[in-house]
Amino acid sequence: MPVNAQAVGKTYEPVLYAVGREKIREYARAVGETNPLHLDLEAARAAGHADLVAPPMFAVVYSAPAVGPPIFDPEIELNFAMMVHGGQEFVWGAPVLAGDEISTTASVKDISESDGRGYYVFESVSTNQRGEQVCRGTWTNIVRGV
Amino acid sequence: MADLQAGDSIPEVRITPDKFLTVRYAGASGDFNPIHIDEEFAHAVGLPGRILHGLWTMAQVARAQTEAAGGPEHLRRLSVQFRGMGVPEQEVLVTGTVREAGEGRVVIETVAEQGGKQIIRNAEAELSL
Repeated sequence: MPVNAQAVGKTYEPVLYAVGREKIREYARAVGETNPLHLDLEAARAAGHADLVAPPMFAVVYSAPAVGPPIFDPEIELNFAMMVHGGQEFVWGAPVLAGDEISTTASVKDISESDGRGYYVFESVSTNQRGEQVCRGTWTNIVRGV
Repeated sequence: MADLQAGDSIPEVRITPDKFLTVRYAGASGDFNPIHIDEEFAHAVGLPGRILHGLWTMAQVARAQTEAAGGPEHLRRLSVQFRGMGVPEQEVLVTGTVREAGEGRVVIETVAEQGGKQIIRNAEAELSL
């Protein structure tokens, strides 16, 4: 079955995420971060930040919920059972701090087929409550046996 | 602030995810795909057992860059390709080499491997220094 590329360009409703101090600590510990900017409020403030600083890869926490709807969009017909995460890119902007509210909008960037594999590329753009872009993600999912 | 020149290696990161790491990372990240947390499910879909989240391994690659650069604010871009699969209770090693350096911008080629096999390859990080 050839891939259905009609949804390229489709954009989804923004998803809001409120960044919590303890969530930053929980994430930082799970990935082995030891930088006190992520764990120690006094250290973060001493470095000039209003609150704990999220590690760059915390982008996964606030932006992944926005990428779920395109993955499961019936119009895209992505076979989730055969999907693997093939590649990922993040481009970071303004820092994310505890207390921020991040809005992420996902879109379908590309759908293509090569050697029996479907390539589904989604983009997420995340902005903070001041409208500053904090992260742009490119999520490449590969579906075997299309 | 780090002084990184073309050809330099960045300090390696070595970390051994413990038996329950994937459970903690699932909770921390919100990714509860059972291939990462349920041994029986993983076997049922043909895997050797529970596998690491690719994005946890990417976070180790990110950490190698931010530790080399002297802080999280220096990491501007990171792109990776996931290959194969990582498993708990075996050391993950992240290495990287500076490919370009100049005018406050550094590009690093970096990989993550486990047991001699690359599980993240063709990764490229851009730092501002």
